[in-house]
Amino acid sequence: MSNTKDKGAFLKGMRDGLPIGLGYFAVSFSLGIIAKKGGLTPVMGFLSSLFVRASAGEYAIYTLIAAMGTYWEAVVISVIANARYLLMNAALSQKFDPKTGIIKRLLVGVCCTDEIFGISIAWPGYLKPSYTFGATFVAGPMWALGTALGIVAGGALPTRAVSALSVALYGMFLAIIVPPSKKDKAVAVAVIASFTLSYIFSIAPVVKEISSGTRTIILTIIIAAAAALIKPHTTSENGGGADA
Amino acid sequence: MHDTVKVLIYILIAVAVTNGIRILPITLIRKPIKNKFIQSFLYYVPYVTLAVMTFPAIMEATQSPIAGLGALLLGIVAAYFGLGLFPVSIICCVAVFIIELFV
Repeated sequence: MSNTKDKGAFLKGMRDGLPIGLGYFAVSFSLGIIAKKGGLTPVMGFLSSLFVRASAGEYAIYTLIAAMGTYWEAVVISVIANARYLLMNAALSQKFDPKTGIIKRLLVGVCCTDEIFGISIAWPGYLKPSYTFGATFVAGPMWALGTALGIVAGGALPTRAVSALSVALYGMFLAIIVPPSKKDKAVAVAVIASFTLSYIFSIAPVVKEISSGTRTIILTIIIAAAAALIKPHTTSENGGGADA
Repeated sequence: MHDTVKVLIYILIAVAVTNGIRILPITLIRKPIKNKFIQSFLYYVPYVTLAVMTFPAIMEATQSPIAGLGALLLGIVAAYFGLGLFPVSIICCVAVFIIELFV
């Protein structure tokens, strides 16, 4: 019985992974153009994207390769560009059924990207790991393929098309954050505060020098902590995190 | 040849560090957290972090910032009326495509 249910979750994951993959494609294509400057072959681009799957992180590392930075710098920049996954996966750790084994938990952790995290946390109740795997199964290779094609074809895709495709990811984010905002006013206020502060941080003197990855971490900690203090939220019994 | 090896080392560093960061919290936190503050904090994290990453980045992703803003507003409306991930994404993409025909 649980097998058929898992299969259903995997298929649903594949379905939700498709729009993610389409959005990925546009982003990773442009990433491929940068990777080429670092001297990556299409195969290297494909493999590195398949196993890293982090836009900001890959952008940072390809730029570093092009500039021939030190290995130590590669370590530091990978930590900084990806530190938000510490927070995301701490939240995901609360989404598991207590019976979920450690191997599945770790694999879900490895699958975590901004988008895969977004849809996994939106899964009602305890997370079914096969849902996350299904989404990654579709979106991961598209991400890798986009990078490889970006290296091969450079600027062949019309700018207009790239521009339109590049908001697919944000559309998905909106589909994740808007419905809970409708149901829980505290979430709505937190989201509005996030938009506002994020905008201020991108234009205000001094703080605008902070990289977008670091900005995400700082603002997430400040706003989520403030929200938790002002409006504490206890999760229901059947599933942690953002239960639908 | 020497450069290829160097590039591969960079890539291996990125793979190891990125995935190490991903599994670290999952390895450390294996039980439901009882602390009310941390529970609440983690409840808000996903929405806050996605919101911070969406705006103003959506306006920087497009050729014209107005197209990005239009996609944001239309996406919010579509999601508010209960459309799923894929329809909302498509609406945002189409919005950018159409708006950029005019600006």
